[in-house]
Amino acid sequence: MNIFVLMKRTFDTEEKISIVNGKINEEGAEFIINPYDEYAIEEAIQVRDKHGGEVTVVTVGSEEAEKELRTALAMGCDKAVLINIDDDVEEQDQYTTAKVLAEYLKDKNPDLILAGNVAIDGGSGQVGPRVAELLGIPYVTTITKLDIADGGNVTVVRDVEGDEEIIETSLPLLVTAQQGLNEPRYPSLPGIMKAKKKPLEELELDDLDLDEDDVEAKTKTIEVLLPPKREAGKILQGDIADQVKELVQLLRSEAKVV
Amino acid sequence: MARKVLTLAEVRDGSLRNVSFEAIAAAKTIAEGGEIVSVLVGDQVQAHANELIYRGADRVVVIEHPNLKFYTSDGYSQALKAVIDNEQPEGIVFGHTALGKDLSPKLAIKLDAGLVSDVIAVEEEGGNIVFTRPIYSGKAFEKKIVTDGIIFATVRPNNIAPLERDESRSGSVEALAVEIKDLRAIVKEVVRKTAEGVDLTEAKVIVAGGRGVKSAEGFKPLQELAEVLGGAVGASRGACDAGYCDYSLQIGQTGKVVTPDLYIACGISGAIQHLAGMSNSKVIVAINKDPEANIFKVADYGIVGDLFEVVPLLTEEFKKLKVHS
Repeated sequence: MNIFVLMKRTFDTEEKISIVNGKINEEGAEFIINPYDEYAIEEAIQVRDKHGGEVTVVTVGSEEAEKELRTALAMGCDKAVLINIDDDVEEQDQYTTAKVLAEYLKDKNPDLILAGNVAIDGGSGQVGPRVAELLGIPYVTTITKLDIADGGNVTVVRDVEGDEEIIETSLPLLVTAQQGLNEPRYPSLPGIMKAKKKPLEELELDDLDLDEDDVEAKTKTIEVLLPPKREAGKILQGDIADQVKELVQLLRSEAKVV
Repeated sequence: MARKVLTLAEVRDGSLRNVSFEAIAAAKTIAEGGEIVSVLVGDQVQAHANELIYRGADRVVVIEHPNLKFYTSDGYSQALKAVIDNEQPEGIVFGHTALGKDLSPKLAIKLDAGLVSDVIAVEEEGGNIVFTRPIYSGKAFEKKIVTDGIIFATVRPNNIAPLERDESRSGSVEALAVEIKDLRAIVKEVVRKTAEGVDLTEAKVIVAGGRGVKSAEGFKPLQELAEVLGGAVGASRGACDAGYCDYSLQIGQTGKVVTPDLYIACGISGAIQHLAGMSNSKVIVAINKDPEANIFKVADYGIVGDLFEVVPLLTEEFKKLKVHS
């Protein structure tokens, strides 16, 4: 089976966010594989181990993303591809990323493509479905279970705001991973050693026969701002029963939310 | 510049979801005086059309088909594409719901369009329609404009105030016949796991539990409190990882980002990942044994104490309030 994982390098969830010169400050920040993409990688490896084939992890990003690609290889992916368009395309958005990924994938005959359902930085959740539509294949988002039968029929459990849908579909297919799909493994020491020798291909826009105009963003960020700082509030005092009474009073008359 | 704007209405459990009205309110800002057309898609949904007019739609287009009984991206995109081809709108607004999130990118590709997802505010500013949306799960925000093509956005439930309901409004309701076929993914079964139908992302009140809840059983007093307040129960990652509850309840940077009017955090320490998911709630109450817990730094009101003592007392107190009012 020819399996691809779409991965994004993101800020570590532990990071605090600050803004310098109107942009998110990346100086000194720790980066990780987008947590939802980790589920996608784990599932891809499990599908390969069961059905055979190869897992290629692909990212659109800067050179620095090589570190996260190596981590994915250490987890067990077979090949990695880094598509770096930063020098060629000034304005990028999800339209850009999806077009680039689809252009890369279109002659690769993927059987299964996996991605995270959302990236924890940009938070749009668009790229997976966009890529599937560009490739003309079906997709199911926010999945928590994936079963592939030998004939290529697929049963998927999808999380829909807490309820579950059991969905029947078939390969080729794109799915996006929701939390609960699996428990992503940590790279093992031998895995990390092996990863250093696995192929990591670097591509630019030219290699994909795309021009800047083909992928130019349709949207633009004009300002980045921090949320208003929350002041620590009132810690109630006294007997617990009295505190509870006071709290209800405050919620009613001061905060006016009940 | 007046624009025609299309909105998608969503029906859940036989009633229109609030986000349908919030989408109309957002559309009103984008339309700048232009016409708002709401689209109702499903199997026997026509009865909801007038309500959309009362809520600000100028016209409603209804597409009914047995293949639209369950949402599928193939079925719904065929329906929506047909209306869009007919109406040629300059703007589109969906809810940023499970359905809207799944469908909007596919339609954006069909329209060769950009898409601004998960919008919490829309304004007209110097000739541009400016969208505000959270990034880094609410640790920051960005303002975005569409630079090319149709203005397409999804709005996060609970953030944009709906227009005032006005029963004197009237408008046409039109049925559009669309053949819905070749569904490549079929919904075989829907398993209801959410208890009361109060969706976490749409709930006005959320009672959330963390590791301090100690067990699945420990969520019971939280559920009782949520019930009295007509709210939903949520959880921190710690509680989900410990197996006390389902991951679908998780609030935080991984998990759901929520903005209720009232968030009651019980036995939650307040890790930065959790704060990212809830710190934009209107009012936050923290209940924790540890006075040093991080959660108190973002709470409007805090009680230092055992949640198993405090929460049942709170439930009683709110019950009394309900009887009196």
